[in-house]
Amino acid sequence: MAASPALEAPETVDRRGRRWFYRHPLVIRLAHWINAAVLLVLLMSGLQIFNAHPALYWGAVSTFDNPALAITSDQGRDGTNRGVVTIGAHTIDTTGVLGLSTERGTEVERAFPAWATLPANQDLATGRRWHFLFAWLLVINGAVYLLYGLFSGQLRRRLIPDGDQIRDFGGSVKEHLLLRFPEGTEAKRYNVIQKLTYLVLVLGLLPAMVLAGLAMSPGMDAAWPWLTELFGGRQSARSIHFIAAGLIVLFVVVHVLLVIVSGLVNNMRGMITGWFSLGRDQETAR
Amino acid sequence: MILHRRKLLTAGAGLMSTALLGGCDKFAGTETGQRTLKVGEDANEYVQRLLMSPTTLAREFPASMISPWFKPNGTIDPPDRGYRAMAAQKFSDFKLTVDGLVQNPLALSLADLRALPSRTQITRHDCVEGWSCIGQWSGVPLAEVLKKAGLKPQARYAVFHCADTLEYAGGGLEGGDGAFLERPGHPGAVRDAYIQLAAAADWGGAPTATDAPKDDWGQGSPAAEPEDRRRPIRYYESIDLYDAFNPQTILAYDLNGKPLPVSNGAPLRLRVERQLGYKQAKYVMRVEMVESLAGIGQGSGGYWEDRGYEWYAGI
Repeated sequence: MAASPALEAPETVDRRGRRWFYRHPLVIRLAHWINAAVLLVLLMSGLQIFNAHPALYWGAVSTFDNPALAITSDQGRDGTNRGVVTIGAHTIDTTGVLGLSTERGTEVERAFPAWATLPANQDLATGRRWHFLFAWLLVINGAVYLLYGLFSGQLRRRLIPDGDQIRDFGGSVKEHLLLRFPEGTEAKRYNVIQKLTYLVLVLGLLPAMVLAGLAMSPGMDAAWPWLTELFGGRQSARSIHFIAAGLIVLFVVVHVLLVIVSGLVNNMRGMITGWFSLGRDQETAR
Repeated sequence: MILHRRKLLTAGAGLMSTALLGGCDKFAGTETGQRTLKVGEDANEYVQRLLMSPTTLAREFPASMISPWFKPNGTIDPPDRGYRAMAAQKFSDFKLTVDGLVQNPLALSLADLRALPSRTQITRHDCVEGWSCIGQWSGVPLAEVLKKAGLKPQARYAVFHCADTLEYAGGGLEGGDGAFLERPGHPGAVRDAYIQLAAAADWGGAPTATDAPKDDWGQGSPAAEPEDRRRPIRYYESIDLYDAFNPQTILAYDLNGKPLPVSNGAPLRLRVERQLGYKQAKYVMRVEMVESLAGIGQGSGGYWEDRGYEWYAGI
């Protein structure tokens, strides 16, 4: 699917000589915001579900006395309660946030604090209902995005690095680390790191998240035993699901930071209205 | 100007997320909310059953993978006097009742059940909380029992009535409607609390149906309810015929080659391997065939289902 002229985004120059181009088509804008809301609900209901058994293992089954990770509470040497995260042989005091936190003024023993879970109080049943409903929304939204992206050529145009970008990979990394962002015509395409990050997210991390979630299901394990095997067993799938959630959170944090430092208003306008400013004429910029 | 806009956006985002999450909890509490949230469960059941057939089996594992300790959860020592008396006799007078929409109601002793064809399977038990254990189960396929009883054409669901009391209806340990405001965080939490309370309570002195005759499992006595504020609610579960006739759906009497321990559901527990742990009813006393789940508990088909958990627990 080669980029055809029809794919070129519309561009216009306003009265003050500012160049604008139509960066995000409607379907992609909608998919983006639906995805953002859905991922928030999935994360918080996911933490609610995790709280029901706040320990992770590798393999098919739980090795209860030897978890890979556990969030618990115990009594410190001075006899006061503390929250503790145990990873392998290491323990980290996380009082106040993980293991032991304050909920409506009282100290409670729970892995993730009330403000991070949906619902806020301990309620696995409702957490699961939110999680499954929104998992379906994630899948439907993702399918619409991918189908649209494939058939419109947008996925290729937006996310596959161009030849020159791959050749100048090192330069691109340097520019990115110095928080120097392209302007003018170059700003019409994502830089190579952006492209690869989004690619890993939409074709790697998010699908892996859904599959690891399904791999935990006893029904799916009966229907598609290869899926659970692919992840190394049900408990491995649960651990991978948890780690992948962490990576998505990391992505969102970096994404939001970069949206802010690379021009919050222009970026937000772009993702809300579609129109993105390329600044004044390239030569006169700066 | 831009600074203002930024502040506004940040404040707006904060407000929106607070409103969103507060709104989520409110929404989940409404009738529409409950129905909407159930759509995910319906979709899960529909799609999973498209991907399997009634006879699709859950994965079975080699003996080398059996967990050294099969974590007992929920009730691990039923407080009920009737049950305790039976356990003291090593369940020699235990009789499984099979009734409801069947041609020939049955009362089967453990010896009768062991004389029927048996099936042994090493499967993974997946708890709704997230943990898993592998165990070897031996028991009689539910299909054999149901064939012996002969289903009436209207029979759609098998309901399992159990011996273990989880709470008391109408102002007992957990008061009436309050039970729904303070829903338990996970299966097990409430049950564990009851077991502790039960151990401390003087069961002999309880004025009520903890002493119910053992042929009365799950039948209660609605007439006595107003005076009797301590009517026990015992565990109950249900499956449909799709799962009831699956070859791996068994009434298990052995775990890892030994008679089922009390903590894992002695003398008989259900295994319905394609679903989560709370469907695997322990201390099964009676199998009742019904046409609809409307008359069982509060109508959602199981103790935990009546407290918000999915009836279809395939995920």
